[in-house]
Amino acid sequence: MNSLLKFITCGSVDDGKSTLIGHMLYDAKLLFADQERALELDSKVGSREGQIDYSLLLDGLMAEREQGITIDVAYRYFTTELRSFIVADTPGHEEYTRNMAVGASFADLAVILVDATKGILVQTRRHARICALMGIRHFVFAVNKMDLIQFNEKAYIKIEKDIKKLAIDLDLQHVEVIPVSATEGDNVTLKSTNMPWYQRKTLLQYLETVNVESSEEEAGFVMPVQRVCRPNHTFRGFQGQIESGSVAVGDEITVLPSGEKAVVQTVLMTDKNVSEAHKGNPVTIQLNREIDVSRGCVLVKDAGLIVSNMFTASILWMDDAELVRGKNFIAKIGTKSIPATIMDIKYKIDINSGEQLAATKLYKNEIAVCDIALSEEVVYDTFKSHKGLGAFILIDRVSHMTSACGVVEHSLRRSENLTWQEMDITRDVRAAKMGQKPLTLWFTGLSGSGKSTLANELEKALSLRGKYTMLLDGDNVRMGLNSNLGFDEEDRIENIRRIAEVSKLMNDAGLIVLTSFISPYQSDRERAKDIIGRDNFVEIYVSTPLEECERRDVKGLYKKARAGKIPNFTGISSPYEPPVSADVVIDTSKQTLEEAVSMLLEKLESYL
Amino acid sequence: MADNYTHLDALEAEAIYIIREVAAECEKPVMLYSIGKDSSVMLHLAMKAFYPEKPPFPFMHIDTTWKFHEMIEFRDRMAREKGIEMLVYTNEEAVAQGINPFDHGSAYTDIMKTQALKQALDKYGFTAAFGGGRRDEEKSRAKERIFSFRNASHAWDPKNQRPEMWKQYNTQINKGESMRVFPISNWTEKDIWQYIAREKIDIVPLYFAKERPVVYRDGNIIMVDDDRLRLLPGEKVEYKSVRFRTLGCYPLTGGVESTADTLEAIVEETLGAVNSERTSRVIDHEAAGSMERRKREGYF
Repeated sequence: MNSLLKFITCGSVDDGKSTLIGHMLYDAKLLFADQERALELDSKVGSREGQIDYSLLLDGLMAEREQGITIDVAYRYFTTELRSFIVADTPGHEEYTRNMAVGASFADLAVILVDATKGILVQTRRHARICALMGIRHFVFAVNKMDLIQFNEKAYIKIEKDIKKLAIDLDLQHVEVIPVSATEGDNVTLKSTNMPWYQRKTLLQYLETVNVESSEEEAGFVMPVQRVCRPNHTFRGFQGQIESGSVAVGDEITVLPSGEKAVVQTVLMTDKNVSEAHKGNPVTIQLNREIDVSRGCVLVKDAGLIVSNMFTASILWMDDAELVRGKNFIAKIGTKSIPATIMDIKYKIDINSGEQLAATKLYKNEIAVCDIALSEEVVYDTFKSHKGLGAFILIDRVSHMTSACGVVEHSLRRSENLTWQEMDITRDVRAAKMGQKPLTLWFTGLSGSGKSTLANELEKALSLRGKYTMLLDGDNVRMGLNSNLGFDEEDRIENIRRIAEVSKLMNDAGLIVLTSFISPYQSDRERAKDIIGRDNFVEIYVSTPLEECERRDVKGLYKKARAGKIPNFTGISSPYEPPVSADVVIDTSKQTLEEAVSMLLEKLESYL
Repeated sequence: MADNYTHLDALEAEAIYIIREVAAECEKPVMLYSIGKDSSVMLHLAMKAFYPEKPPFPFMHIDTTWKFHEMIEFRDRMAREKGIEMLVYTNEEAVAQGINPFDHGSAYTDIMKTQALKQALDKYGFTAAFGGGRRDEEKSRAKERIFSFRNASHAWDPKNQRPEMWKQYNTQINKGESMRVFPISNWTEKDIWQYIAREKIDIVPLYFAKERPVVYRDGNIIMVDDDRLRLLPGEKVEYKSVRFRTLGCYPLTGGVESTADTLEAIVEETLGAVNSERTSRVIDHEAAGSMERRKREGYF
């Protein structure tokens, strides 16, 4: 029975990561016969002229086989006499950085491939930076393709020097450099006869013997509570995995964030009573008295954790949508899920050069240092002190995507919470919180053309998509805000002006506004556009012909107008000026309601 | 970390952490139970994870009606002994139509397993389902997350998986969507056997070699579990000492000739195994990529 080492392989696209691991499994006789047979068969159609292509063992997804690249993390398992290994083979492409970070978050050690014919590339730096960010402390740089530079020692030494410099730049802690050939097998599992000048361990030997237990780690007892176990009213235990240190029956522990103290009465290591338990063990702890403990609390002894509602963190942004400050998420830190807001993007870090750059927005695969506020005080620590309490993810509140991952750099105390005062809550901030772009969807058209029915249905559809909306129409405007206005020209202009101003305010509040008014004059609509802002204004012309509107005559208004009972009735005794460049035109006599709504949604996609 | 903390301890702790997370965060979980050795390990882990409480969710078996008889007996005994709720679901409509593994080939697996599973999950409205899938079983499984998001039609999108960092599992879903959760993702077949031996976990006797009535068919050894197995011309029933490395529907599950009738002997055989376990599962013999295709459609 031996220990477990989790490691990750990374490097640029053609550095040969999959080949290296494939070769290791093959050499170490760790393949099943049928896998080996399949590999040999697959290789015949491959490009290495019938020679074995070891990478085929790992590139499992169909899309990957087609494109010849690795798009997601693949996990492989092997055991030697000395150790059990789990290796995460990760994609090299910048586009899939987030998948690489997934592999890195899981690993204790990184094997980073460097192509000997190319030396250190920007990708090498990026990967090393991400590994360090995600908490890896042990690095092996495998200088690959030594066969292509004739196993030249001088060339190798130059690369080794560059690697040592990189390690200093990135503050990497434990670094080993090994010259290898993944395709030929030199220094993979067997010592290379082509490089007698290299006398240290082969890659596999190194992996089998390296000690990744951290000595810098905090020794105090820490256990985040996952759940409360209450099978009956006589038993109440707190379940979780010990994050660090150890706990024994009789220990006095503190519950955070409350700070209440109690004595450990029993410790169950899964289903067995034990006198003490250690780091890594799943336990159930009973205390000697009833105190308030729930999921998200942390039991500690001799450990200095932080209780606060704000911290500064390095984050990796992973969502397709961009990040702006003010955006709100669910943060998961320790075993606590809690609303969190990005207060400030302090700066982003050039993933390749490490340079600090000013930023107001973050795009996919970018790293930045941010101030993050939580809706209440929680227990956490810096990532350096306790990996399990300093690592967090940010979950989008609408799509539920894991939008970012991050590590706590340091806490911000209440007295330091100045950022909020400095920051204005702008339209962008409010909109970002709602996860939408505020728009005014301006429906115009004759009475009876179907504006209100359409606006109503569209609002329902938007609401179903998680959008926050408001519908303005004659009923809720004419009777309240505009009850003092009549129907002459002056009042009609004022009517539209007020509607436009209200729409703008509601857009400022982050809402998507739908307005449904005849608004017959081109000049009024232009003014509304100016008030609301042309970028946020979508003009929807409901072009149903007059004859059809008159035939429908839902409210009997056309009949009255024809009889001369309503003066200035649009279409009969007053003109309607059709928009010259409406964003969308809908004729409800030719389209069904469903067709019209789905067409609108499609058009709106580019705005939303 | 204690000095004697082995790789099995690490795997056990990881699985228990995952199982507890689901119980704490997911609205309506269920643990799928296929009766095989991986399910037996998962059940054992669930019992340990919540002790002294019983697992706070039901277990569910998708019964194709073609499972080995010994499996069904074992399932019912386990439910009784462990005091857990065991739901059994069968696609009754397909049974009424006479869908069977002989005449309907790969459609059979789809209808009786994949479709039945979807029907069952929809029927009970489960929001999270534990499965015993392991990443070392097949290449596309090797790439699946531990918390694997499924849309409202239970489909998996391998190109757009949620990033999964550290132990921070994202369990958030919208109505109609669900999670498949694989707590033993990182276990190998060898780990499973070693853990069964260490924890003395009860498993279906079919895993142990015993003289059984079998026929040889297309390179597989098929057990004649009842008289529904139609013999083809030239086939005859023989008595051989065989055991099974995976369990499923008996007409689709190939055995291996073996005399390993103890756990130690099985572990010994497994360590020196020449074929990875999935080759004895008949449906996995199709072209490379077939498992990924099936999974995208909702197969576990």
